[in-house]
Amino acid sequence: MQKSVSCTECDASLALSIQPEIGEVFTCSECSAELELISVDPPKVELAPEIQEDWGE
Amino acid sequence: MSIRCSVVGGSGYIGGEVVRLILGHPELELVQVTSERYAKKPLHLAHPNFRGQTDMRFSSAEELEECDVIFTALPHGMLIDRFDKVDAACDVLVDLSEDFRARTEEIYNAWHETPHPRPELLSQFVYAIPEIHREELKSTNYIASPGCNPTAIILGLYPLYQAGIVDETRTVVETKISSTAAGNKASLATHHPERSRAVRSYKPSGHRHTGEILQELGTAEISLSVTAIEMVRGILATAHVFLTEEMNDKQLRKLYRKYYGEEHFIRIVKERQGIYRYPEPKIVQGTNFCDIGFERDLSSNRVIVLSAIDNLTRGSAGQAIQAVNIRYGMPETAGLEFFGLHPV
Repeated sequence: MQKSVSCTECDASLALSIQPEIGEVFTCSECSAELELISVDPPKVELAPEIQEDWGE
Repeated sequence: MSIRCSVVGGSGYIGGEVVRLILGHPELELVQVTSERYAKKPLHLAHPNFRGQTDMRFSSAEELEECDVIFTALPHGMLIDRFDKVDAACDVLVDLSEDFRARTEEIYNAWHETPHPRPELLSQFVYAIPEIHREELKSTNYIASPGCNPTAIILGLYPLYQAGIVDETRTVVETKISSTAAGNKASLATHHPERSRAVRSYKPSGHRHTGEILQELGTAEISLSVTAIEMVRGILATAHVFLTEEMNDKQLRKLYRKYYGEEHFIRIVKERQGIYRYPEPKIVQGTNFCDIGFERDLSSNRVIVLSAIDNLTRGSAGQAIQAVNIRYGMPETAGLEFFGLHPV
């Protein structure tokens, strides 16, 4: 059964991919927030970090 | 099912929009379109977008035949004089003017210079914002279709007022309206050198449609200012509402979801990225959508509610077709599937 998760920003219910992976980033279909999957079971997301400076490593 | 429809007063912008939607509707059949100014002339002379779509010519209202539904798109005050004749010619009458939108004589008279000449008729009409009066529309034969300012404002504010969380003495609404809201009768004010690039404070206070807004929101006070801007179709309403209790973004979104979550024609537009993060009139041009967004002012208890519609479609003809769809048990979206253009 496909899992779903609530958007942290607008509470919209979002379906996860069939085989969700931690670190997966996706966009909320309702408020367009960029979310990162931080836990698969139970499914949890948080606001994905903004693009950060690349120090050339 | 084929529902025979006529349009009385079909040469104006609203009448033309009703005809456009009937011509594209799977179950509605266009029988007659009347216009005294254009009688006997082809429809496409007034509405060039109908070229090749219909060979019909305008009729005089004197030649009005019986049919199932008559849409009246006459200037305000003109249907009242010919009401009995039009009423006798149809089963369902859909009026797109403001003549029958007030539920009581008192409401009408408070916002118009002259008293209503047929006040006994007012209670027969259903105020046709379908999302609010759907059940009443299923059985009525008299539909009063609201215009653009009330539709945008009422739909935007309805959930907040229904929830009883508004300081009702402080709501201020500013609408930005387009040139088609003034109709297609030319005047010096609409003359191109005067109208072009104008930002015209058309009605800073006392707009006569305020009465309908108060009626539908169930409140006694609202401050409305209307500004005409450089736009042909569309309206954006910006409402400043002060809440009586603390609500965050998620709670507000939940409230709007409760009222509109299942409504096809209402979209909550409040996005974190992209160009169109809030409602924008040009994105809904030609559609029956009402896009609603909001923003919490974190420094006060103010919520800014933004709503955008096409004044001729959702703010008039489209909404009237939606009401007829409900009245005849058709899918509400029939004939209203167009979802807009981009870029436009």
